[in-house]
Amino acid sequence: MKSLLVMPIVLPLAAAALCYLAWPWRRVQRLVGLLGAIGLFAAGWALLAVVWTKGIQSVQIGGWPAPYGITLVADLLSALMVALTGSMGLAVMVFSLFSMDPGRESHGYYPLFHILLMGVSGAFLTGDIFNLYVWFEVLLIASFVLMSLGGERAQIEGGLKYVTLNLVSSALFLAAVGILYGEAGTLNMADLAVTLRGSGQTGLVDTLAMLFLVAFGIKAAIFPLFFWLPASYHTPPPAVSAIFAGLLTKVGVYALIRVFTMLFVGDTGYTHAWILWAAGLTMVVGILGAVVQEDVRRLLSFNIVSHIGYMIMGLGLFSPLGLAGSITYIVHHIIVITNLFLISGLILRLRGSYRLAGLGGLYAARPLLAFLFMIPALSLAGIPPLSGFFPKLALVKAGLEGGQYWLVAAALAVGLLTLYSVIKIWNEAFWKADPGTREGPLHEQTDAGTSGAPANRPLWGWFAPIGVLALVTVAIGLAAEPVFEVAARAAEQLLHPEGYIQAVLGGGT
Amino acid sequence: MTGLFTAVFSGFLLAAVAPWVHRLAPRRSGWILASLPLALTAYFVLHIGPIAEGAAFRAGFSWIPFLGIRLSFLLDGLSLLFCLLITGIGTLVVVYSGGYLKGHPELGRFHAYLLMFMASMLGVVLSDNAIALFVFWELTSLSSFFLIGFDHERAAARAAALQALLVTGLGGLALMAGLLLMGRIYGSLELSRMMAEGSGPLQSNPLFLPILILVLAGAFTKSAQFPFHIWLPNAMEAPAPVSAYLHAATMVKAGVYLVARVNPLFAGSPFWFWMLVGAGGVTMLLGACLAMVETDLKRILAYSTVSALGTLTLLLGLDTIRATEAALAFLLVHGLYKGALFLTAGAVDHGAGSRNVAELGGLRRAMPITALAAGLAALSMAGIPPFFGFVGKETIYQAVLGSSAARGLVTSAALLANLLFVAIGLIVGIRPFIGALKETPQHPHEAPVDLWIGPLLLGAIGLAAGLVPGAVGHDFVLRAASVVMDRTTETHFSLWHGWNTAVALSLVTFAAGLTVFAARHPLSRGFARVSGALAPVGPARGYFRILDGTIGMARGVTRVFQSGYLNRYLLFVLFTTVGLAGYTLFFRARLSWPEEVLHVRFYEAGLVAVMLVAALTAIRSRARLVTVIALGVVGYGVSLLFLFFGAPDLAMTQILVETLTVILFVLIFYRLPQVIVLSRSAGMRLLDASIALACGGLMTALVLTAVRVQWRPSIASYFSEHSLSLAKGHNIVNVILVDFRGFDTLGEITVLSAAGIGVYGLLKLRSGRGEAP
Repeated sequence: MKSLLVMPIVLPLAAAALCYLAWPWRRVQRLVGLLGAIGLFAAGWALLAVVWTKGIQSVQIGGWPAPYGITLVADLLSALMVALTGSMGLAVMVFSLFSMDPGRESHGYYPLFHILLMGVSGAFLTGDIFNLYVWFEVLLIASFVLMSLGGERAQIEGGLKYVTLNLVSSALFLAAVGILYGEAGTLNMADLAVTLRGSGQTGLVDTLAMLFLVAFGIKAAIFPLFFWLPASYHTPPPAVSAIFAGLLTKVGVYALIRVFTMLFVGDTGYTHAWILWAAGLTMVVGILGAVVQEDVRRLLSFNIVSHIGYMIMGLGLFSPLGLAGSITYIVHHIIVITNLFLISGLILRLRGSYRLAGLGGLYAARPLLAFLFMIPALSLAGIPPLSGFFPKLALVKAGLEGGQYWLVAAALAVGLLTLYSVIKIWNEAFWKADPGTREGPLHEQTDAGTSGAPANRPLWGWFAPIGVLALVTVAIGLAAEPVFEVAARAAEQLLHPEGYIQAVLGGGT
Repeated sequence: MTGLFTAVFSGFLLAAVAPWVHRLAPRRSGWILASLPLALTAYFVLHIGPIAEGAAFRAGFSWIPFLGIRLSFLLDGLSLLFCLLITGIGTLVVVYSGGYLKGHPELGRFHAYLLMFMASMLGVVLSDNAIALFVFWELTSLSSFFLIGFDHERAAARAAALQALLVTGLGGLALMAGLLLMGRIYGSLELSRMMAEGSGPLQSNPLFLPILILVLAGAFTKSAQFPFHIWLPNAMEAPAPVSAYLHAATMVKAGVYLVARVNPLFAGSPFWFWMLVGAGGVTMLLGACLAMVETDLKRILAYSTVSALGTLTLLLGLDTIRATEAALAFLLVHGLYKGALFLTAGAVDHGAGSRNVAELGGLRRAMPITALAAGLAALSMAGIPPFFGFVGKETIYQAVLGSSAARGLVTSAALLANLLFVAIGLIVGIRPFIGALKETPQHPHEAPVDLWIGPLLLGAIGLAAGLVPGAVGHDFVLRAASVVMDRTTETHFSLWHGWNTAVALSLVTFAAGLTVFAARHPLSRGFARVSGALAPVGPARGYFRILDGTIGMARGVTRVFQSGYLNRYLLFVLFTTVGLAGYTLFFRARLSWPEEVLHVRFYEAGLVAVMLVAALTAIRSRARLVTVIALGVVGYGVSLLFLFFGAPDLAMTQILVETLTVILFVLIFYRLPQVIVLSRSAGMRLLDASIALACGGLMTALVLTAVRVQWRPSIASYFSEHSLSLAKGHNIVNVILVDFRGFDTLGEITVLSAAGIGVYGLLKLRSGRGEAP
């Protein structure tokens, strides 16, 4: 069991290392990339199964006892996030095999992809606040390189904003960890939880909480810290933006949930009130950005921002139902937004553009694609009975129970505007007649992130991951109960961290 | 009791395969697919007897118990009435669609949406769980969206579909909040459970009024009550069978259904009364008047539907037994004749190529069966005896005459609306078929059987029901009314009640209606002038004003926040940091000034002064080299500070890092062009300086406050104690890096390797710009 806990980090690392070794052989890299993704997928779900049946798992790296060494911990939230990482990794990997251009493939795409997955898994599994910083660095550098690989002008420009703002986040994170370590004398999160509970100094802890809120808030792209996301997500190839959209902001959300349920819970009336404000403003400002976009991927990017608001709404409400709502929302959003970005890639392949004005006629010409788009799109807008509806219902219910009527009103209104934004894509790209001003087949034009993409690889390989993710979206809508069961128990573990602390500090090896 | 599940979900299943069924038999797909609604009609007909006896049928299973959502179905008098409307008219409409859209490349998908709608609508009226009801409710909006936008290459159809979706969607969200609040008060989301508890808990709750408004927002948007009625006339972009089925006979009545269903919980409250009577009355009159202005058959019918929906709402608001019966009877009457009229309008459009009433006339010879169907429906609409419409109108008059408040006003309004209905019925159902044949875009010809069988049957049923009103009244209306009123009712429906005020009103209605018909042209011009004058403040304009306003605001907000300038982004981020953390530190933590701060040795002060000067130089300098060297001075200064405070190992590491950084910088900068100085205003520079100072100040204050705090001994002592004994290393920093926290180092090495690929990739791979240099 102990080895299972390190697998989500070791497998992508091994895959990345093998890809380095196979640098001149693109086919070997593709194979290793796929096998690594399958491995992570299997490991993630196996881990979730183990945590579900046997409780919270932990392992002390190098055998150094907690809190002196580094501990990896998998509670249900961590395991669930790793399982989702594995799933999205596999889906996007398959999509990449069919959509990535040979240039990027031979310049490190596959090792970087796995380093990214390694960083994400590490961030979800670590039980050490400084180690979390390290994983943030891993995924930051991997994502930055993935984002700028190819060196197109738009990529470089977006990548610069991305990396600069994220480095500010890293600096704040590091400063906050430094001060926290100075006071608490420990970096182990379980140990910190114990120490902070006994500190009795709410003011100083609140201040640190604010630093963490900003540092992780930048990563999660909340208001007013989200700028890097819409500035950059529309620039790389579709597979890259899909994996970013699915996972990167969620690491920030996860970190927020982790520290604001384990560490900063002494003064929730103050700290979590800020989170509620951030939630509402993020939803509203994000969706306002989305409705005015004229480019599919930019529109979707703003939708990511907006819906981060829902994910932290439940954290701000800090009730079992609210947290369960947040967790189910994360599950839903990861699947749906990844899929929408993959679909945008397919639209690009078919029509050579992301611009709504240049698109059209897809409903008549590609009924299957239209159907597959509508599932995640309506799910994003929270239309029942798809996967987005029930988490939103849970959050609204939790908000009403918490008396947060304005926030609930905002959440509902944002749902309507989300619907407007996806219908905008639908009306323009699918329903509208083909404007006929095709910007030429894919290989002839040089729109951002498309150059050299192989137009000769079969379309079914593009459709397969999209179809599977759409199927999952329908399934977890119709059968939402199991997801809620897992989320409810995960929320229970978060609100009562004794089990986590016990697993790390007390007899957990 | 799996029958009810089958009844609802069979429609979804058939919808899923409908495109393939259509592909197999493209010419007969309408007839084939109609077999399901036909079977369902038979299934519900079989329940008429038991339900008239007072039985109710239930089925349910726990869907998402975590949220209290059960998929529970309840078939009682009220739902049965709706189910028969849905499946009965559904059968005819599916058949009709196959003929109406024959040869259309997207007919398969059309069938799918139509069947999906039918199943969802059955779900709405059968659901006993509030959230399950809402789920189906949203699905009806969604299928309506796809159907309105069916002719999707036309911008108007797309805009109308969006409008309908947004307006009903807005109401739907309000409804969801309202239902959740009700669920909280009653501790259950099952409507029958709430009914069992009675209206007390709800009406005494402080949230009663908000809940009432939220629920009515859902009902009013769906049932096109003023001012939300605007989407319905635009929804006429949909093909005729859709207008007949969704936007006349069934879906738009979902709001009415909801009001009727939850009536026992809200009734008795004056808000409930006035909201329903007020909105219903205004909608009733407005719809009838606007119908007179229109010239397009379908738009006339659409506004008269708005008017009819207003009538239904008004009647339910009156909350007397007779009014409820009148509402349910009229619901049936309206479903029959309006469905028929929309279908004949489609047939006329199909046969003659026009829907403009001014261009149509004398079609009876060319289209005799359609003319017959339209005539039957029109007479029922006009309320001529012995049609069912007459019974409906009589009951309405009895109801308004029995109103508990504002009797005169309500009665006059009903009279006005009804006489306009007489005229409208004649205009749409009679006028196009009589008189001299007019020139039409297409040589008129009779529609095929698929297109006339539906309206003819509906018209005939309207006549038959009028002949035996007692049967219809007893089996359907009374049973349904008893559900709405939450008590049994026993009144009689008959064609003839003897001479009374209602009959007198009926006579006035006919006479005035005929007069209005005769004077329709000047009247229409008059109404048009008034509505034209009011248009700038009307809700139709209001919708676009709100929509454009939202988009405009969104544009403004987005321009401010997503400006595209990195420096502004940084400003926002840093300002947030300083604001949040500074505010918290200042107001919630006690700032402290440790006394040690004052014990500064002279060489420490000197060193700090040097670092400050270097930092200022770095800021002021315009030459890269100077900046780098100045930064290097700051870095070495920090190393010296480490040394002063007894951390030689740390100082050594820092010196190495600084040296390497400076060398690398110099090597790279040598190859770069000169610094471009952005000519920024003095104000901006001041802002930048102050935010930088604030950041520095914040960190200083935080560190000074935190420096004396130590909640418990640090784990550092463990490292110094065990570095040698357990990890076999003398240099503690090294041991931490490679052993105690070797995992961190693994991550950092990975970072370096990724950065390496990044540099390599950026240099070697330039996609879109030809070969690598």
